[in-house]
Amino acid sequence: MAEQLATGSRRALRPALPLLLPAYLWLTVAIFLPLSAMVFFSFMTDLPLAGKEWAFTLGNYAAFFSQSLYSKLLFASLRLGLEVTLWCVVIGYPAAYVLAKVLKGRSREAIFLLVILPFWSNGLVRIFSWAMVLREGGILDTTLNAVLPSKINIDLMYSYPAVIIGLVHSYVPYMVLTCYLTLQAIDDSLIEAGRSLGASRLQVLKRVIIPLSMPGLIAGAALIFVPVVGSFMEPRILGGRTGTFYGTVIEDQFVAVFNWPLGAALSFILLAVVLVILGLAAPVLRRAG
Amino acid sequence: MATTRILEWVGRFYIFLLLGFLYLPIIIMGLMSFNASPFYQLPFEWTTDWYASLWQNDQLIAATWNSIEIAIITTILSTVLGSMASLALYRYDFRGKKLLQALLFPPIAIPWLITGTAMLIFFFGIGIGRGLIAILLGHVALALPYVIVVVSARLQTFAPELEEAARSLGANQWQVTVRVTLPWIMPGVIAGGLFAFAVSFDQFVVSYFLSTPGQTTLPVEIYAAIRKGFTPEINAVSTIIIVVSMALMLLTARFFKFGGEK
Repeated sequence: MAEQLATGSRRALRPALPLLLPAYLWLTVAIFLPLSAMVFFSFMTDLPLAGKEWAFTLGNYAAFFSQSLYSKLLFASLRLGLEVTLWCVVIGYPAAYVLAKVLKGRSREAIFLLVILPFWSNGLVRIFSWAMVLREGGILDTTLNAVLPSKINIDLMYSYPAVIIGLVHSYVPYMVLTCYLTLQAIDDSLIEAGRSLGASRLQVLKRVIIPLSMPGLIAGAALIFVPVVGSFMEPRILGGRTGTFYGTVIEDQFVAVFNWPLGAALSFILLAVVLVILGLAAPVLRRAG
Repeated sequence: MATTRILEWVGRFYIFLLLGFLYLPIIIMGLMSFNASPFYQLPFEWTTDWYASLWQNDQLIAATWNSIEIAIITTILSTVLGSMASLALYRYDFRGKKLLQALLFPPIAIPWLITGTAMLIFFFGIGIGRGLIAILLGHVALALPYVIVVVSARLQTFAPELEEAARSLGANQWQVTVRVTLPWIMPGVIAGGLFAFAVSFDQFVVSYFLSTPGQTTLPVEIYAAIRKGFTPEINAVSTIIIVVSMALMLLTARFFKFGGEK
């Protein structure tokens, strides 16, 4: 760090300001002020627009705590986040291990890119693509019935498992990425040392590899859990009538019911939950990053 | 030794299965866009009718143009502003720098549902309302942190002695930046720009809350269509989107190593 500071003056906010100001002004107008406005707005009875009457109220928060529906949905969303995160660990961690420790050279590079690629493509479209697989008469149904002797009906579409499958598909590359980064940083000689001292593969995994890759696991878990708790498009498309979660209720307040203050309060409660979770993960994330 | 070999092959097979899980639905969606049956019936009968009918869908074409325009403007604005900020964060040390760097994470980490609804409330409150301007405001803000992170990562590999040398040879600050620093960080700037394009072009949630029926983007239009019912036309336009965004990311990968390691 010290030699970087040698260029430019040391305590130099003045020359930095013109370079920083446009970007941070933009972030303020489009992110930070809106988030503050949302908090403010969640304490109002109505939109303070077009001369409408409004007053301060705690009613929107009272609604959350008095109607068990909202807290139930929040728990359903938290559970969804937990389940999706666990599946991502189960599926993503072994893949990250194979990428980091088994594959070498160009094939590793190519496969790594292939795993990460879908993550950066359109999420909505990838969720829609599962509808093609999961619906009755879809590929899964047709193939299984062609292979299996007895006739069974596979109609996973519009069910809780469908939502889980779609979300895991969306987020598992995140887990592979973060775990791969920590796993490939583990020195192979540590693993060899463990083995030569008589530890079994399983013991090496439990005592050496998993503890050392913990930061990647936790970073991945936080990066997956948070957006899943706030998801609404995925449950809508793949869950149908069973796909009512906390996120879809917030969406409804803004696009269907038009109770914006309640929507703002619900959003803010979600934000608080998310911030607590990120805060818990932050020390680990900082060490990993 | 034999066990190790077997385990390695199990591992390779596992990766193969994972790739299947990741790509099969996308491939099936693409195949169905070339299938003649409007109800996705098999056997497969080749047609390009669904793509042809996209050209008749004025609403979809208008939304596509909006998406492309917004993505291009977002790319330019966020790349310029983001690179400037990265340079400042690299060159200068001042009080509150850590805070400014930490402030880049909320836009990335807070679920878009929250950011999007907050923008809707605020833009309504200050009179911007919904529409393309609001969408653009939001997209640039979402793309900026990515650009700053990517360009800053590239700046970490830059030797400050080079700037020092240019300065001692009589170059002024502007010349140093344009002739020395910028050429070096160019791969990072290009990667940041491609990220910004992808963030904007694929953005659904924030656009969804900020759009109006006339002023909308392609993903929002597709969501509306999906909720009315599945048609092979949606498959066709989705296939185009996924091919475009994957091609973009492959291009980005040429400039930016996601793995951090060779």
